[in-house]
Amino acid sequence: MKNFLSKKTLNRSGIESIKFEEKIKVMPESKEALTNSLIMMLKIRFVENKLAQMRKSGFIGGPVHLGAGQEAIAVGVSKYLRKSDRIFSGHRSHAHLLALGSEPRKLFAEVLGKKTGLSKGMGGSMHLWDQTNGFYGSVPIVAGTVPLAVGAALAAKKQNNGDIAVAYFGDGAIEEGVIQESLNLARQLEVPMLFVCENNLFSSHMHISQRQPLQSVARFAIANDIESEIVDGNNLAEIEKTASKLINIARTKNLPAFIEAITYRHYGHVDWREDIDVGVNRSSKDLNLWKTRDPIIRLESALFEAGMLTTIELDQIKLQITNQIDNDWELAVKDPEPEASSLHSEVYKQ
Amino acid sequence: MTNYGVAIREGFAYLLKKYPEVFVIGQGLWSPWYVGNSMTDLDKEFGIERIIDTPVSESACTGAAVGAALAGMKPIMVHPRMDFMLYAMDAIVNEAAKWSSMMAGQSHAGVTIRSIINRGGEQGAQHSQALHSWFTHIPGLRVVMPYSVSDARDLLIASVLSGDPVIYIDDRWLYSNEEVLPPVVELDLKNQGPKIIKAGTSLTLVAAGYSTHMAVEASGILATQGIDVEVIDVRVLSPLFPKLILDSVAKTGRLVVVDGGWSPTGFAGEVIATVTESIDPKLLKSSPKRVTLPFAPAPAAASLEKIYYPTTVDVVKACTESLKQ
Repeated sequence: MKNFLSKKTLNRSGIESIKFEEKIKVMPESKEALTNSLIMMLKIRFVENKLAQMRKSGFIGGPVHLGAGQEAIAVGVSKYLRKSDRIFSGHRSHAHLLALGSEPRKLFAEVLGKKTGLSKGMGGSMHLWDQTNGFYGSVPIVAGTVPLAVGAALAAKKQNNGDIAVAYFGDGAIEEGVIQESLNLARQLEVPMLFVCENNLFSSHMHISQRQPLQSVARFAIANDIESEIVDGNNLAEIEKTASKLINIARTKNLPAFIEAITYRHYGHVDWREDIDVGVNRSSKDLNLWKTRDPIIRLESALFEAGMLTTIELDQIKLQITNQIDNDWELAVKDPEPEASSLHSEVYKQ
Repeated sequence: MTNYGVAIREGFAYLLKKYPEVFVIGQGLWSPWYVGNSMTDLDKEFGIERIIDTPVSESACTGAAVGAALAGMKPIMVHPRMDFMLYAMDAIVNEAAKWSSMMAGQSHAGVTIRSIINRGGEQGAQHSQALHSWFTHIPGLRVVMPYSVSDARDLLIASVLSGDPVIYIDDRWLYSNEEVLPPVVELDLKNQGPKIIKAGTSLTLVAAGYSTHMAVEASGILATQGIDVEVIDVRVLSPLFPKLILDSVAKTGRLVVVDGGWSPTGFAGEVIATVTESIDPKLLKSSPKRVTLPFAPAPAAASLEKIYYPTTVDVVKACTESLKQ
């Protein structure tokens, strides 16, 4: 079998230089901000785990694409976003939504098909909307919202309000032709937006080496003269640094920018399974290796070492979040179903 | 007198003047080649920031128009030829059409997608298609095909102001039609539907866009033979309000539908099905008929084009046959 992970390929890709085992550098003055980021990452992780558990036990009827293991990216990027920005995402979007401050209860209600859900039961996990928090929408057609984000950024430029658009997508989306069109168009129209590619090395069951000649996707940004950086997607401090810089470019210069964050998902493509050996190179060995690079564990360790967090404090934080999420779930379960009339009532604008 | 192409331009100018959130995006908008006389010098009058000529990227540009609509703008996406718009089907069918429903009416993709049927002149199979029927299959889209010169202007304005995704389809073969244009009326697209443009009693002739033009010509020829047909211009193909058509067929007992597309699973078939499932079959004096394209891609050779595209003579023939039964 062809060795898809040859040294040569990795070197050419730009991923090789990332040291996933490196300690996260934390500055003492950012204790509060880092703790808040950790809390948000834990919240997202526990929401995803809850969804995995409830899907496995049959309480959730539809598919859920979980992003456990990838939380640092959304949390790091969202730190520099504001409520009036325009954020778009794809099928694996829970972290992007929650990192903006959206309520887990409304996400749970949506996943359960309840009237109180973010999309009032019309969307489920794959079609989420919470514009008051800047989340303009997610849909599962791969790359489907990327050109929409370009348009929302064009609108922001015309509205001249300093807002930006963000398009989250994965390494699989890069293989869609519309991504190339979108990058070219965004650069040519000079619109304020951030492309965030979460490269978790897998598209559904297929490793990136089976789909692309190189394993880093930032080359598409370079080809379109868009400022880009490849970053360790499991290192919150690095993501924050990169997001701060690139969002500033978008906001102040009316230009697109591109982050490629290398990461790995703990669950398989969809639902609770780990998808071990479904695709080439997703072995339990790889999964276990990547779990040692867990963005939450790495941040916790850094905070412990810097004396900014104790295990007792962390346990308290985790207990509080767990209780809150369990409570949110119980409430969402009891929420009402949508009325039959909602099948037809919103097909056209009222 | 104003011609159809200029009327479209007046619709654009009206919108651009009155609504700062309107902008136009598409290929060829800074060139005189692509869209006939329907957008002449709009870029000079309103600036290239609002009349955006684009890279050859139908998919991303249409998606961007959808995204701009979600962010509060009223964009008009222009596809100078419908054939090329097929690259944009995800943005139209998966995103724009479903957005309101998927997001439970909390957000709407109020984008107008203007698509031009530009055929004939030995352009062949990929510079010729009239695919309006496709879009009528999709809930969430409004599909508009103006025939009259005033509709060309006023339905464009109504489309952009509707807040819904609208496929507005005009036909280059109508551009030289002329009318005296009344002042602009801002119509509510929700309330717009078929219109009787020539009243009659012997047969109901239903059509849209350029097909209505042929239907009107045919009705003139038939009138000289003492045959009094009623011509209904559909105007808005989806959502279709069929009442006027049903009432007319109940009165005349005969139905001929003229459609610039192919027959199978097409708009003409939809009109006939709607009529036959809704009215008392005893009221029908003859089998409904449709005049459509032969079920083959458009040819390039002029000699073949002559037999490919239906003409007014074909419409007259279909009516005459219906009346014989």
